[in-house]
Amino acid sequence: MKVVVCVKQIPDPADPGALDPETKTLKRDMKLILDESDSYGVEMALQLVDAAGEGEVTLVSMAPNNERSGLSTALAMGAASATLVSDPALQGSDSLTTAKVLAAAIKDQSPDLVIAGSESSDGYTGTVPEQIAGVLDLPSVTAAKSITVDGSSIKVQRQTDAGHDDVECPMPCVVSVTAGVVEPRYPSFKGIMAAKSKPVDEKTAADLGFDADAVGWAGAGQEIVDVAEAPQREAGEIVEDDGEAYTRIVGFLEELKII
Amino acid sequence: MSRHRNIYMTDELQAIYDQTVEFVSKEVLPHGEAWEEEGKVPRQVLSQMGELGMLSLRIPEEHGGLGLGPLASATFSEALGASTFAGFDVTVLVHTDMAGPHLVNSGTPEQLERWLPGVVSGQTVLSIGVSEPDAGSDVAGIRTSAVKDGDGWRLNGTKTFITNAVYGDMTILAAKTDPDNKYGITMFLIPSETEGFEVAKKLNKHGWLCSDTAELVLTDVFIPDDQVLGTVHRGFYETMKNFQNERMVLIGMGVGAAQAAIDQTLAYTQERKAFGGHLYDLGAIRQRMAMNQARIDAARASMYHAAWMGEQGADNVKAMSGAKAFGCEVINQVMYDCVQFHGGMGYMRETPVERMYRDARILPIGGGATEVMLEEVAKRSIMG
Ligand SMILES: Cc1cc2nc3c(=O)[nH]c(=O)nc-3n(C[C@H](O)[C@H](O)[C@H](O)COP(=O)(O)OP(=O)(O)OC[C@H]3O[C@@H](n4cnc5c(N)ncnc54)[C@H](O)[C@@H]3O)c2cc1C
Repeated sequence: MKVVVCVKQIPDPADPGALDPETKTLKRDMKLILDESDSYGVEMALQLVDAAGEGEVTLVSMAPNNERSGLSTALAMGAASATLVSDPALQGSDSLTTAKVLAAAIKDQSPDLVIAGSESSDGYTGTVPEQIAGVLDLPSVTAAKSITVDGSSIKVQRQTDAGHDDVECPMPCVVSVTAGVVEPRYPSFKGIMAAKSKPVDEKTAADLGFDADAVGWAGAGQEIVDVAEAPQREAGEIVEDDGEAYTRIVGFLEELKII
Repeated sequence: MSRHRNIYMTDELQAIYDQTVEFVSKEVLPHGEAWEEEGKVPRQVLSQMGELGMLSLRIPEEHGGLGLGPLASATFSEALGASTFAGFDVTVLVHTDMAGPHLVNSGTPEQLERWLPGVVSGQTVLSIGVSEPDAGSDVAGIRTSAVKDGDGWRLNGTKTFITNAVYGDMTILAAKTDPDNKYGITMFLIPSETEGFEVAKKLNKHGWLCSDTAELVLTDVFIPDDQVLGTVHRGFYETMKNFQNERMVLIGMGVGAAQAAIDQTLAYTQERKAFGGHLYDLGAIRQRMAMNQARIDAARASMYHAAWMGEQGADNVKAMSGAKAFGCEVINQVMYDCVQFHGGMGYMRETPVERMYRDARILPIGGGATEVMLEEVAKRSIMG
């Protein structure tokens, strides 16, 4: 069983991020880390391969500056190898270009299953996994909270507002997983040491068959015209409980037509 | 673009640092307060660390460890400090860096085979038993005696202040074997269930509350020859081999904790309103905190530098002793200021710096008191 996991490397959310005033996008020229929302995909993939008793998990990442710190974390968790697509020409790529590039990197590997996070934590549209499926002409399942393999298809519990839907999908396919549904393992220290010698195949846009003017800012079908500060959250109302505060809360819920 | 914390960090050490900080943030910080109350670090967390290879940085690869050197211990100890629970940090570091190395350095192939798997997994938690009621800094003054008895030794005496010996599994213990020579000391491997080897008291402490500290009594304890660690009568010299490492991890955990205390104090003073602004607007506070950061940076850098010397096999006694004396004093001064700038809140049990201030006090006493460290530097500084 061969599982490819798409992982994004992002600026550490613990550090205050900044927008580049020129490109109006997040600055990403610092050390990047594995997006936590992708660690769930890596964990699910490792568990599936473990359960299958054979196969391997490989990674695909598109990142600036040949950044591989986040990949190293996923390799230390147990992935076997990685493809890193990095090219200045890719800067400014929109989600469709990103999907095309990732799809090209995935295609050569002929995986049984492609796993991605539902959406990234830094800048996101939440559409890349489905676009990858579209480009590769594969079926896709979104919002998976669990995946089990059953012969040549997978059974997925798909998160819904009410609970979950049980769906089945033939392999190969693309599945986006929701965050928080499995407990991502800590990389062991041995895993950390071993990650160093695991293969990371570095590719440029040209290696994957893209012209520089078809990707990045040049190829983007969108333009960021303006960015603005999010409005400050207004202070809430504090109700001192004099024994009757519940009536105020009931009134408030009625106003909102919740009860 | 991998960014490393300092020039001594490889990609792997950086990853070990990051991973350890993440581990303690998730697995220690939220529970530490309860462990302090209980006076115990749960075995389950040590086993989890064992499974993740976090207890075996210094164990040779052929015995299931990572076979790394002093820089790895420096990195690991500093990262543990981010837990803010020094009692937890020392529980781990006594096992990995203060007791464990004696076994690795002096153990016979049979002893390594027998004990190291448990050390790696966290199944066999180690302690190091040197100090006694009448001998601390003056190690040669120990009175616990071991007398040859058939195919083993008969031990009698008392040990005190022994970390990990209440709940741990094996003590590496120093005893006098040559009454005619004050340095005639031998090290013994003593499993906790050995007959006659008793915990007389679980000691109450000023800080490090979740770390267990024992007074031990040995009454006619029989230890077979195959549990003698290293060469008979040479234990004093053999234990000295690990002194620099022991000093280093005490600085490391202290530096990590001091950095956490500085960060908390910066956050507190920048939020706390006073005199029409924030506490941090006061020159007296911001200047002192700036100097505190510089002092901790200096302590950290001198520790890593001494570790790097050790990594290359250079004699680093002077460098590490100086780093221990300077670093551990500075850590305490920084903790004092962090409490001071928290005001009354700094004196409250619910405030982490209150605990970190107490925890830091032992650092200039244990593992070579400041005055002893300065003597190590001074006697190596005589000209001519
Ligand atoms: C919480 C805790 C945990 C400990 N864990 C362990 C453990 O796991 N294993 C173990 O074996 N021991 C342990 N110890 C013991 C520790 O190593 C000793 O306390 C330390 O070595 C100092 O010895 P002492 O307490 O006998 O002080 P003393 O040797 O009596 O010294 C008292 C003071 O005198 C000064 N002094 C001493 N010698 C000199 C000198 N040569 N020149 C100038 N001044 C000097 C110093 O200021 C020193 O602090 C622990 C102690 C504590 C408090």
